[in-house]
Amino acid sequence: MKRLSADVVVIGGGATGAGVVRDVAMRGWSAILVDKADLGQGTTGRYHGLLHSGGRYVVSDPHSATECALENAIITRIQPQCVEQTGGLFIVGPDDDPEYSDRFLIGARATGVPCEEISPAEALRREPRINPRLQRAFAVQDGAVDGWQMVWGAARSAMEYGAQVLTYHRVTDVLVRDAKVVGVVATDEKRGEQVQIDCSFVLNAGGPWAGQIATMAGCEQVEVVPGRGIMIAMNHRLVNSVVNRCIHPADGDILVPVHTVSIIGTTDVRADDPDRLPIPREEVQQMLDAGEVLVPGFRESRAVHAWSGARPLFKDPRVSATDTRHMTRGMSILRHDVRDGIGGIISIIGGKLTTYRLMAEKMVDAMADQLGETRPCRTADEVIDPPGSSTYHVTHRLEEREGDRLDDQIICECELMNRGMLTELMAEQPTANFDDLRRQLRLGMGPCQGGFCSMRATGIAVQEKMVDVERASELMRLFLKNRWIGLWPILHGDQVRQTALDNWIFHGTFDLEALPESQEVAL
Amino acid sequence: MTDDLNHARDELMRASLDHCVKCTICETQCPVARVTPLFPGPKFVGPQAERFRHGESVDESLDYCSGCGICTHVCPQGVKIAELNIMAKAVMKADQPPPVMKGLRDQVISRTTVMGKAMTPVAPVANAALGIGLLRKAVEKVVGVASGAPMPTARTETLRAWLRRRPAPPAATREPIVFFHGCAGGYFEVETSKRTIEVLEHLGFQVLVPKQGCCGLAQQSNGLFENARTSVLDLCDALRSVGKELTIVSSSGSCTGMLKHEAHHILGVDDPRLLDVGARIRETSEFLLELFESGEVLPEFRRVEATIPYHQPCQVKAQGMGMPALTLMEMVPGVRVVESGQPCCGIAGTYGLKEEKYDIAQAVGKPVFEMVKATNPDLATCDTETCRWQIEKGSGVRTVHPIELLHFALGLSDDLPL
Repeated sequence: MKRLSADVVVIGGGATGAGVVRDVAMRGWSAILVDKADLGQGTTGRYHGLLHSGGRYVVSDPHSATECALENAIITRIQPQCVEQTGGLFIVGPDDDPEYSDRFLIGARATGVPCEEISPAEALRREPRINPRLQRAFAVQDGAVDGWQMVWGAARSAMEYGAQVLTYHRVTDVLVRDAKVVGVVATDEKRGEQVQIDCSFVLNAGGPWAGQIATMAGCEQVEVVPGRGIMIAMNHRLVNSVVNRCIHPADGDILVPVHTVSIIGTTDVRADDPDRLPIPREEVQQMLDAGEVLVPGFRESRAVHAWSGARPLFKDPRVSATDTRHMTRGMSILRHDVRDGIGGIISIIGGKLTTYRLMAEKMVDAMADQLGETRPCRTADEVIDPPGSSTYHVTHRLEEREGDRLDDQIICECELMNRGMLTELMAEQPTANFDDLRRQLRLGMGPCQGGFCSMRATGIAVQEKMVDVERASELMRLFLKNRWIGLWPILHGDQVRQTALDNWIFHGTFDLEALPESQEVAL
Repeated sequence: MTDDLNHARDELMRASLDHCVKCTICETQCPVARVTPLFPGPKFVGPQAERFRHGESVDESLDYCSGCGICTHVCPQGVKIAELNIMAKAVMKADQPPPVMKGLRDQVISRTTVMGKAMTPVAPVANAALGIGLLRKAVEKVVGVASGAPMPTARTETLRAWLRRRPAPPAATREPIVFFHGCAGGYFEVETSKRTIEVLEHLGFQVLVPKQGCCGLAQQSNGLFENARTSVLDLCDALRSVGKELTIVSSSGSCTGMLKHEAHHILGVDDPRLLDVGARIRETSEFLLELFESGEVLPEFRRVEATIPYHQPCQVKAQGMGMPALTLMEMVPGVRVVESGQPCCGIAGTYGLKEEKYDIAQAVGKPVFEMVKATNPDLATCDTETCRWQIEKGSGVRTVHPIELLHFALGLSDDLPL
């Protein structure tokens, strides 16, 4: 068995884990992050794309609101390239209770969430497609954030501080000796080998899987309730700022412009298994109806993809275990030495992507405290993105393409990803599958959903000698299969025509099923 | 940003991009993309790039779109590609005004009426000046009108002057109709207008020609939306002034398209005056073919033994009415029409006049020029003024409106090389 060692093993490569490994490494401990799949493949990648202003929580969860407002500013400063400062609106719809909006305004002042009431006419000037029958409107500092860019940014920063990041390493055991964690055993899924990492501390940032990890260390009854929610990406930006309904947080009340799409969400239903998250058709209909309230005509616009994510909610005995909507969005840090008598392990549960850095800070503070050390956190002060970076804007890729259009081949037409971007990342991450590349490059995330770009990417992977023909075929099949998961639940209107064309290309012309097969399961 | 451009940015026309399935048919048919890599193609700058547009314009290459509209015409999914591109161009012009002289140029070449009014009184001088290579080179350098680009020939008599001077037409036997001559038809292509009127009168119609201005198409395609909007509504008033329910006929192919659909779709004009005119207007060949096929009027054509090359302009194709001119000309005994099979002649209104687009426009037009030369070195036909100038200049073959062939076949004239 392969042996590695580090002071700290961070389990979970979502935003929280990436933030934690960065923080640990910056404070001078040696660290290894492991995740059973790719970075940001769990909850971090299956969310709304919203960088909260805090507005959503000013009434229901004032503490979270203040945290969001502060962290929003910090993230925008340290990771500008992941953030689009779209601004946001809270609108009181024609049938919404206006009483809530008074409480909203009071709550915003009390929590320090910047908020300004604007006239309905001004709101319509800013966002001409929103419901013209709105009663009131408030402008806030919501933004859009690319969760994958954010996670990779934090992970790369950690690596610069000497940390190792091991993706596709599934933890199978947490080793405990004399009531103290001494190591972690994982399976390297891509190479099929066992790895043991000796360590003196484990930081469990497993999100909805955190309970399973804690159990491996003998810490029982860490009940994480996966609160499943679906989101649907619409083909283009129906709005250019985040549009929220000014009501007590409910289903389908947020529309976020992220990159080239706008995302409607979400629902909140207790899930039993975070690895099995369905996208029920009735919830799709519910989202489309909710979209109509925000933007009349919403149903006629094109849905391109749907997904389901699981919020890791910590079961609070005060609320019913099925009422996930009202479980706390705040974070819970579990010191297992105190709680379970097992030293060297801390779990973090809950929280929000917007506050990922703060969660990491608190978790690492708790570890330092347990170790009796004082090493200050510097993650809010040091900028991750290259010096002089500015915030992202939707026009960026079009602008960049204008510069290289005569020199570089376009591979993903919908999302304007060129050949250079693809081959560069393939060379850096040679074991990556196309979904791994997709999360970082947006390959196949536009309206054609891989119909045209996946075969180009496959051809290039073979041409560049990254993979052999068998693996290339498997990778393409895997990619299309995964796209299909998010396609079939929303198949109506324009996306049906696209899917029919893609199907004719892959089956009718390309005979995908008859391509060479690999003996191994592609990962 | 003006309300006009807000329309351009936010109107649901943008929503038609949702229909794109990336099939690439538009890119295979785009006459510009096939001759130059400088233009990224209609699918790229249309439904794809539009998803990335918000606020500032960052993709100047979209300016290479000639606005010919072939992409919209061939799209099997109903994406308003050309319309999206023209709107984006207008937004770009507002965001980043072109250099002073190019801006001035775009203002001048999009005002055919002004050019006509200025040139007619001094026609021989104007024509001589346009023929002086050195002078044209200087104009190219200073304002960016290509020295080799086709320019209209100034006439010594405007259509209105002819209408005043000519003897009274024969008594009408059919209902009155309105003739829309377009700016070029009023000042430069006066012969086309005269012969259209004479053919219509020969068939028994009373032809009313109200005083009229420009339709605004050239302003629109140069991104000058506010001017275009004013022009088109003034024109509607003029055409409506002589009768409320009359058919309007025009031999100006592209201007007819402006009134039929472009002003509504691109400028977003929802004015009932435009919708009324748009519903009543017919392109001349469209009108005549309908009339002849109804059997109501059976013209007596003389036999003309000729093979005639015909190019249907992009903006006439965009009207989605098939090729009535082709069918119509072949109704003349002995006439065989050879269609160009090309999407565009390159000029696309004022595109091919511009110094930075001239070579592209010539390359686009080359297959049309070759086909014309190979088919009949003496005479070609085409429905739109600027396209005729382009084809004539590129091929050296005299190019006339199809109505002139009918005029000849009806025995009303004898001066075509047939």
